[in-house]
Amino acid sequence: MKILNCPLNGPRNISEFVWGGEVKEHPALDCTDEQWVDYAVLENNTAGVVREWWYHVPTAYWIIAERNTVTDEIIRTYPARELFKDRVEFPAPAVKP
Amino acid sequence: MVFALLKYGLNRHYPRVHQFPKPRDLRPSYDVVIIGGGGHGLATAYYLARDWGITNVAVLDKGYLGGGNTARNTAIIRSNYLTPEGVRFYDESVRLYKDLSNDFDMNIMYSERGHFTLAHTDAAIRTMRWRAEVNKHFGIESELIFNDDIAKLCPQLNLSDKARYPVLGALYHVPGSIARHDAVAWGYGAGAAMRGVDIHQRTEVLSVTREGVNGTGGRVTGVLTNRGPIACKKVIQAVAGASGQVAAMVGMRLPIRTIPLQACVSQPLKPFLDKIIVSGSLHVYISQSSRGELVMGGSTDPYSLYGTRSTLDFKEGLMAHMLELFPFLGNVKILRQWAGMTDMTPDFAPIMGETQIENYYIDAGWGTWGFKATPVCGKRNAEMLATGRVPELIQGFTYRRFHDYNQLGEKGAASVGH
Repeated sequence: MKILNCPLNGPRNISEFVWGGEVKEHPALDCTDEQWVDYAVLENNTAGVVREWWYHVPTAYWIIAERNTVTDEIIRTYPARELFKDRVEFPAPAVKP
Repeated sequence: MVFALLKYGLNRHYPRVHQFPKPRDLRPSYDVVIIGGGGHGLATAYYLARDWGITNVAVLDKGYLGGGNTARNTAIIRSNYLTPEGVRFYDESVRLYKDLSNDFDMNIMYSERGHFTLAHTDAAIRTMRWRAEVNKHFGIESELIFNDDIAKLCPQLNLSDKARYPVLGALYHVPGSIARHDAVAWGYGAGAAMRGVDIHQRTEVLSVTREGVNGTGGRVTGVLTNRGPIACKKVIQAVAGASGQVAAMVGMRLPIRTIPLQACVSQPLKPFLDKIIVSGSLHVYISQSSRGELVMGGSTDPYSLYGTRSTLDFKEGLMAHMLELFPFLGNVKILRQWAGMTDMTPDFAPIMGETQIENYYIDAGWGTWGFKATPVCGKRNAEMLATGRVPELIQGFTYRRFHDYNQLGEKGAASVGH
């Protein structure tokens, strides 16, 4: 069994986690359609060390793992808050009078 | 005949037929360069030479011919797809497959079995009904059937309502078949080589040279390989799991993730299963090869990887579900296991046709559905390269669909849930 070290729960079987894909930079909220496609659909599909989202299902906890996609070696795991320090404010949608 | 048999039987030097000529040096220029010597690349070369008389063609492969996913699939051929684009496309492939043994003058062991996609939930029954109706609209023999008919056609199957996920019905696709996958690659390769195509193995493409790159994709003028540069008029890539990396050489980002797909075969058994059994909900498909081995596969791995290792998790999941369908296989041993690197698209449909780079074409996004498309891809890629126009049959698979928010949802027809 492959083990992934969860920052919250310690070493756990990787089957307890769901893979969330590469960490990408979120485009600005007023981005163009092309920029959104770039973010939402296109992939770097890197062969090498990547920073990825992983989700521990039993505790509903998102973490970030650095993993080598060629050797399947997990290099480091840490809570998402290490990368995302600031709260993202979404403007309230304009309400029609 | 008898004397010839005796003569060659006793002679140590049997007259071997060399279907592939000895490797040649790279020519300085080719009309068409095909990156990837798998089924799709070799089929493209074959039809270019046979149907369009274009023989100044090079097939380049980093490794050896048919050593990637062409050798790693589970050899199932079917056309029971969900979208009209998919159904028409795979139907042409099935028709071409039926004639391949004659075309090649070599037996690809095409064997029509009948293909069952089992449904274990009401939702799955709805999808099967949908698929059956789309299929019938295009004249393809697919039918939603229920347990009384399944029991008659495939009495080996456990249809008990005591199972964890009882079978409720199935999409029965009569033309579902299997074929010897290596023979398909061999036939296309030999047929192409015989007509003058250069096949270069162990020739890795390092970069693609372009001109006029000025805010646009530019135009392809050649490729640089580990054996030297080649000038060429047109390039097509058909490299499955490495699609993203090769496309990056021309500055393209693809909506593709490379994810392993594992499969295995059992020890050979007496023939007992002539049908192909697939269950999307149970993540299992199974057929018996002409050698008696049960060929089994499941869903793709739970995360991306550029590797072909096998895992215990996969086999545990697969076997647990397979034993629900065939409990009497409990003591059967696994003989071999392997994995391939699949190029998964978000909508489970392929990416074919032109790119933003002039004279650079793509054949990618084959995920878990590439082998069955080999002949039609070859034929239509060849038509596209020869005429410079994208055939109507594959226009729906353009990479632009992702930019136009017009994806081609084919997930409901993927052999297993992913």
